Amino acid sequence: MPDMAVQDSDTSPAFQKAGQSLTLDAITHRFGSATAVDDVTLDIRAGELVSLLGPSGCGKTTLLRIVAGFINQTMGRVIVGGTPIDDLPPNRRSVGIVFQNYALFPHLTVADNIAYGLAARGTDRAAQRVRVEEMLALVQMQLFADRYPRQLSGGQQQRIALARALAVQPRILLLDEPFAALDKNLRLDMQIEIKRIQKMSGITAVMVTHDQEEALSMSDRIAVLSQGRLEQFGTPSQIYDRPETLFVNTFVGTSNLLPGHLESSDATSCAVRLDDGLRLVLPRPAEKMAAGTAVVVSVRPDNLAFVEDGEGLAGKVELGMPLGTTIVHEIVTASGRALKVSSARSAGAQPFTSGTPVRVAPVSLDAVQIFPAPKQ
Amino acid sequence: MASGRTTTGASERGEGFLALPLMLFYLLFFIAPLLLLFAVSLHADKDMAAWGLAQYAKALSDGFGLGVLFDTLRLGVETTLLCLLLGFPLAWLHRNAGPRWQGVIILVTVLPLLTSVIVRTFAWIVILGRQGIVNTLLLELGLTETPLRLLYTHGGLVIALAQVQLPLMVLPLIDALQKLDPNLESASAALGAGRWRSFFRIVLPLSLPGIIAGSVLTFSAAVTAFITQSLVGGGQQLYMPMYIYQQALTLQNWPFAATISVIFMVAVLFCIALFNLLGRYTRRYSAM
Ligand SMILES: Nc1ncnc2c1ncn2[C@@H]1O[C@H](COP(=O)(O)OP(=O)(O)O)[C@@H](O)[C@H]1O
Ligand SMILES: [Mg+2]
Repeated sequence: MPDMAVQDSDTSPAFQKAGQSLTLDAITHRFGSATAVDDVTLDIRAGELVSLLGPSGCGKTTLLRIVAGFINQTMGRVIVGGTPIDDLPPNRRSVGIVFQNYALFPHLTVADNIAYGLAARGTDRAAQRVRVEEMLALVQMQLFADRYPRQLSGGQQQRIALARALAVQPRILLLDEPFAALDKNLRLDMQIEIKRIQKMSGITAVMVTHDQEEALSMSDRIAVLSQGRLEQFGTPSQIYDRPETLFVNTFVGTSNLLPGHLESSDATSCAVRLDDGLRLVLPRPAEKMAAGTAVVVSVRPDNLAFVEDGEGLAGKVELGMPLGTTIVHEIVTASGRALKVSSARSAGAQPFTSGTPVRVAPVSLDAVQIFPAPKQ
Repeated sequence: MASGRTTTGASERGEGFLALPLMLFYLLFFIAPLLLLFAVSLHADKDMAAWGLAQYAKALSDGFGLGVLFDTLRLGVETTLLCLLLGFPLAWLHRNAGPRWQGVIILVTVLPLLTSVIVRTFAWIVILGRQGIVNTLLLELGLTETPLRLLYTHGGLVIALAQVQLPLMVLPLIDALQKLDPNLESASAALGAGRWRSFFRIVLPLSLPGIIAGSVLTFSAAVTAFITQSLVGGGQQLYMPMYIYQQALTLQNWPFAATISVIFMVAVLFCIALFNLLGRYTRRYSAM
């Protein structure tokens, strides 16, 4: 993954200040005795778009509210551009936020919504008007200046919420589940739109989502959270291709999980015996695991292929589905384990019929992941 | 849109019958007496022998009567403002409290409604009297040498009325504040607004419907609170309800009593219309 931090030359003249770096330093937050955020440390570079990805209730919103200053964390520091901001109230942090429900002021017109933050900072009226025009142009909503929020569609409301947050040139932009309330077609449009605006403004953005596809397609880097803890922080390809934990592996993308035991491991390779019989030799060491350890091996459906007799794992086709450019087969092994196999579909190709005996094996052993088996 | 309107119309016609008993009730016991009152006011003399506008001419040129009307409306406005001043913080407290405290606040708010107005009014006489709780306390603390005159004053009456009418203000306010999305204040703060700006620019305008509803209720209740006005206000303080009562029942001047009633009603309706004018502002953004 190339470093996608924005170059100054891409920055629109509407934004003098580029984004600033954001560091979350060992943040912990407890609601009473329940720990919502547990020792999270993240270093976010200026101009990056980082997603906080995780299932519902894992503490993403709490983390966002801590950065905005709506919640005071139990422990840890929030540092923007090198300066801790923990002692600043929300109105002095210069952190813009777009809420999941947009939270536009219903009694103000679109133009007044966008001008709200400017007025709060004492910008004079003429300058406010100029800036409002600039922001309306940025989100392509020039014709809607005099409407009230109720008269706008969901996507339009989101554009205005974004324009309102960006009008005051915040140092950081926070987006809480920005696409959750939009229907599927509009969602893709707005994802592209927000990415465009974020790159153009050069602002550092943190986006909360529980949708892995959204995170993979939009982010420079993704922080995967589970139960308040940071599981992995990396580029989309690192997260997808080299998940560091079983949780990240299963939460991001689909995967086939096969139990087995580690037979041996040296500096360059390791060997695993699957419970289904197959022995795999992977071209890398199994870190922090001793021989004999119970493991789980993960193979993505697109990394499984049908092979000749005598190789791989034996099974029977349960179901075959053509999905546009791919065909997905569900295979059941002799021990009754279900596996998904996804293969490219050439023109006119038909899926195997149910009951066909087949053999499958990983295509790339490098892409096979191995994790310690979760404790029962 | 057009088809939507016809379906609503049809269902309204069908269900309209359900409101018929209430309509008849209103016609018989509200509209009819009102028309009768108006008819009585159109008599030129006390014995209702001749028709004419003489009573209106008399009432509208009578400085004393207009003074009473003005005092009454002032009483209503002052009580409403005091209720708003006391009620808004209470409603605010309710909004930010946990569920248990919310229950306590609601209970304390509606408790006065569960006791009779007469009981509450007598309680205020006990509190505000020369030997009442307030004066005893002030004397004991040495804050005053002689008991203060609190009872039978306009100020004392405003306080008593505000307590009696407070639930009418607080309940609509609680309702309005609960409908307010807390994210709006967060958004306002994130945009750089301090607490006061957020309050005056966001919270206050958006709770306007509750403020208007509460004000209309408190105002109309305060100006017509015959019992509390008479008992706490006493003989020296004269307000419209008592003035009308005296003209009708003591002086048996029914046409004049009817006339000042009509004038009083129009004046109150005018004040309520003024409150509602504020509501125009909220309709602009909430209507599609
Ligand atoms: N105000 C609060 N009081 C108590 N618990 C809370 C509060 N807000 C969130 N939580 C709890 O903290 C955890 C994380 O919540 P949240 O940050 O909203 O998760 P997410 O946004 O990832 O879905 C959840 O278990 C939630 O129940
Ligand atoms: Mg959330």
